Formats: sequence, C-alpha cells, structure tokens
Amino acid sequence: MNTLREIRSHTVVLPVENVDTDQIIPARFLITTSRDGLGDGLFADWRYDAEGRPRPDFVLNRDSARGARVLVAGRNFGCGSSREHAVWALQGGGFQAVVSTEFADIFRGNALKNGLVPVVVDDSTHARLVESPGTEVTIDIDARAIAFGSRRTAFPLEPFARYCLLNGLDELAFLLEREQDIAAFEEASGPATWKL
Amino acid sequence: MEGRPRTLLDNIWDTHLVSPETAETPGVLYVDLHLIHEVTSPQAFEELRRRGLKVRQPGRTVATMDHAIPTRTGPDGRRAAPEGAAADQVGALERNCREFGVPLFAMGDARQGIVHVIGPELGLTRPGLTVVCGDSHTSTHGALGALAFGIGTSEVGHVLATQCLLQRKPKSFAAEFEGTPPAGVTAKDFILALIARIGTGGATGHALEYRGSAIGALTMEERMTICNMSIEAGARAGLVGPDDTTYDYLAGRELSPKGAEWDRAVERWRTLPTAEGAAFDRVETIDATALEPMITWGTSPGMGMPVRAAVPDPDGDASHEKALAYMGLEPGKPLLGRKIDVVFIGSCTNSRISDLRDAARVLRGRKVADGVLALVVPGSEKVKKEAEAEGLDEVFRAAGAQWREPGCSMCLAMNDDRLKPGQYAVSTSNRNFEGRQGKGGRTFLASPFTAAASAVKGTVADARELLS
Repeated sequence: MNTLREIRSHTVVLPVENVDTDQIIPARFLITTSRDGLGDGLFADWRYDAEGRPRPDFVLNRDSARGARVLVAGRNFGCGSSREHAVWALQGGGFQAVVSTEFADIFRGNALKNGLVPVVVDDSTHARLVESPGTEVTIDIDARAIAFGSRRTAFPLEPFARYCLLNGLDELAFLLEREQDIAAFEEASGPATWKL
Repeated sequence: MEGRPRTLLDNIWDTHLVSPETAETPGVLYVDLHLIHEVTSPQAFEELRRRGLKVRQPGRTVATMDHAIPTRTGPDGRRAAPEGAAADQVGALERNCREFGVPLFAMGDARQGIVHVIGPELGLTRPGLTVVCGDSHTSTHGALGALAFGIGTSEVGHVLATQCLLQRKPKSFAAEFEGTPPAGVTAKDFILALIARIGTGGATGHALEYRGSAIGALTMEERMTICNMSIEAGARAGLVGPDDTTYDYLAGRELSPKGAEWDRAVERWRTLPTAEGAAFDRVETIDATALEPMITWGTSPGMGMPVRAAVPDPDGDASHEKALAYMGLEPGKPLLGRKIDVVFIGSCTNSRISDLRDAARVLRGRKVADGVLALVVPGSEKVKKEAEAEGLDEVFRAAGAQWREPGCSMCLAMNDDRLKPGQYAVSTSNRNFEGRQGKGGRTFLASPFTAAASAVKGTVADARELLS
C-alpha cells in the first residue's frame, strides 16, 4: 500500500442515504479474479442507461466530477454486501476518500485496508459539503481533520489505521509478525476437531 | 471485569483472543472456521502467491461454489456448466484449493451448496466457534451460538495466511422477542419487523443477540433465517444462545463430534449462553404476539411493512421518494393485489428444508398463476435430496414452478437467473436493493409462505388466506 498523508481535491456530491455496495458495483461485475478494471463498473446502473450510454444527469458523468478524488455521500454509505470490489471500484474511479455521516462496518474496514479513507463528519459539516458540490477540501490523515473554506473538523480514525495509512503498511504484515503469539495460541487450543 | 455477568459474545470473544486490543491496536482474534466461495476469494489467493505465503491451517478453511454457478439443468438433466468469466472464477477456485490444500465441495459434490446452508447442515458450524467468510450473510451461523461475521477479500487473505483477524470487539445489542406469534407469522417476519423498526444502519457496530421466549421457541432453521439478515440492520454479527434445540440439531450430523467427544462438547457449550443479568449496550423489545406477515415495499430491507398495509408516505424524505420512484409505487396504496412477474424461493435466508416445506404447503394442489415465473432453488445438495425424498419437487413441478440446482441464484443475479427491467418479484431472499435481482428489477422481500401465496395469486398475497 502507498503512503498517504494528505488528500486535496474538489468534491463530488451524491446526496443519497444507504448507498449499498450493490449500487457501487453491481454483482455482474464481480465475475472476475482481479482487483483491476472495476472502475468501469462503478455505480454502473446509475451512470449508464439500458443501452450503456452515460446518463447526463448522474453526478459522476458531469464535467465537474472530472478529477475528483473525494466523494461526499449520505448516511450509512457502503451497507449490504461485503464485496471489497466496491472499494476497488471507487479507487478505480479515482477516489481516495469518501465523506459521510456514517459508514457500514464492513465497508469501512475494507476501505481502510486499501487506503481509501472513510471520513465521518457531523451533520452540519456534512450539510455544508452537500450544499456546495465541488468544494475544495483538504483531508489531513496525520491530524485526522478535514478542512474547507474557513472550516476545519476532526474526524475519527483508529490510531492503527492512521499509522498504516501514513506508513503505507498493511494489516497482513502486522499479523504475520505475530507468528509466535498465534503459534502459542494454537498450541494451547489444539487443532480443528473436524476431519474432511 | 471479574464477576460481571457475561454475554455469549463476551464468552466467545475472550477465548479467541490471541492478543488483546489496546488503545493503539485492535485485538488479534483467532478464527476457528473459515468458509470461502468462488467470488470473494481469488484475489486473496493471488495476494498469498504474490507474498510467497502458504495457507496456515488448510483444515480450517472449507470451500464451496455457490454465487456465480448456474442453477438450471442442461439437456442431460444435470446442472449446466458455468460459461465465460464465471467458468474462469470456478476454475480459479479449483486451482487455488488444489494448490493450497483447501477442501472444496465443487459442483456435483453431495456436500455442495450455499456456504451458509452447508456449514450448519454438515455440523461444521458449532456453538462457541468463530466463523468468518467473505460474505456478509455469514451472520447466519450465529444461530448455532457461534460468533460469525462477514469479511472482505483482504481479510480472507489474512485468515488464509495467519488464521487470525485484527478486530475490535463489537458493542452488544439484545433484540428480545417475547410471546407466541400468530399463525402465518414466520422467522422472516420477525427479522423484517426488527429491521423496519431500527433501520438498515440501526445495529451498526453491534453484535445482535436474539433473545426472549419467541426466539427460544424457534427451530434452528428459523433462527438461521433471523441471524442471516442481521447485516441488513447493519450488525456485525447475529447470535442466539445455544440450547437443547441447538444440540438436537447438531447431534449426529456428518462432522459433529461423536461419542464421548460429543458429551464433552455439549458440556462446554452449556457454559456459553449469556448469564442472567448481563448488560447489553442496547436493548430492543418486540412483542411477537403483535407481529404480522411482513413485506418490503422499497429498495432497502428496512423499508418493510405488514403485508396488508399501505405503502407509507415519504413525508419529504428523499431516499423514500427515490425508492418509490424506482419501485413504481404510489404511497397510500396497498401492495396486496398488485400484479407480480416472478417469485423466487431460495437464498441463504430461506432455502432450507423447512422453508421448502412452507412453500409446498401453500403450493400443494394449486397452480402458479399464468404469467408468473416461479423458481424454487434449494440451498444445498442435501436439501435438494431431502426435498425430493419427501416429494416436494413434485409438488413444485405440478404447480408449475421450476425446481433448480442448489446455489445463490436470483438472490444476487450473478448467474443467468435475473429479473428483467421493470419486473416485480416476491422473493424470499435478503436484499431489495436497486437492481439486486437483475438490472431494473423490483423486489418485494417476504417469507416463503407469502412468496408461494403470491405465486398462486399472481399478485402480492396474504398467505393466511390460503393456509387455513
């Protein structure tokens, strides 16, 4: 994973609550053995009509969305299926952070494992961002703060997740270093009791 | 804290900590049983290869094929072979399992089925275990008193390589169902009613423990239906304390402990349930005597109502309005009597033998209405065999429904079982998200009773009219 200290970008605003991972990446795009190329399916059923033509009214199809790395979305973003493909699709679409008032648990975990930052803000900060699509924001990972205009708001980020983002480390490396502890646990608890 | 009455979650959590969480780092949690399938595992195996890692405990991971495989049969009467990218995915699972030594129940194996159906039915899932799978409906296994939760593909890799996950303990949430439900009200209605009350994010960050006299009276399969949809309320996991119903269900299963080992296991399992007086971070109480058959009207599982109710008014709520527009519904009008195109009976929520018996009870001696496509998809090879031994397949065929091969099928439309744009379905599955059952398709979630009755009527129906 690459190190990530700061994200500066204009926002794209998708003011929809309970955006589920089936919307972020519909299941038909999951028939793949790769992490790559999923950006093509990002919000596919909202972005394209039945003939596959871009819907001009969908926010990601507007010129203003070009180059945006921060998505602002409604409450309970990423609910539903555990598919990590949703995170890979958002990253494939150029996003580095999603701002919402609440994230679904599995999505949040998946996002952090891939360096996509879930930024939880209070209702009033969220409302300001929703009112002004295209706002230039700065997300400071080290300080755990999002700033725009004259406003600067802290957001919660686990110390461990922050450490991993700042240093480009992943959880697997950390777990692999716990080999001795894991072996000791297995020694004490014994093997699986079923045989296949 | 010593002496504090403990919950089932406490009991499982503490005995699986390789190292405890601190302010700086999450805890290292040991995983007893890891289930994998073809869709969310290939990138995890790829990561192992990239890093030159092995599967740490190949005997603690079990693979099946369920999500992308066809459920229709070919001209030879056997399951049609997957094609194109789905064939590649299935092929990758076979190669990965062979290379890394993971047992696999492939298509045609008598133990194949939907991952959350086969774990319990084989006796793999047991009380007190930690169970994970790259699938959000892993919460199903919590019905047996296991701590079971869905994970992403990166975490699938973590478990393959280390048999552990980095986790913070979820908060605890007691959902208490009290009293005897009226006739025609099923486990599916319990959980749809709870989600309608607390919302799709209502249990985010929590493990839901289902409790109370109405839960105690449920069969194991009914408890699975409830735990299955915990994620639809945002919960990390759903659990039911193990009891005699649990032990009776597990006794004699293929992989269950036997003889003296069984006795020791039951003795251990009896220490697991939540102690009297244990505190939960949140409690919600539901009067089961007041429940009715439920159905969803919108595009999120929390958008549910009693089957005879009118579609609620948005009152300016944008998500609600968006859902009504997608569903092509008007507020203030009932769903009852509304024409439907498809009925899907299946999925990890409702594809077990008792679900098929419920559907058959309604369909026996009746016909699926003209113009309605009804699919009945058993959850596993074992369920299929059992249903056929009871003649349920004949009931479904005689009614004009299609009897399929086991798999996830139209729950998520990864294979060719899909709604067409604009079609309405009554489905026993778990998600009514936009396009979930096929691009442009519109889903009403309900119980097997309601789904079967709707197939007969050709409209959304109240099964109680057919059950008397």
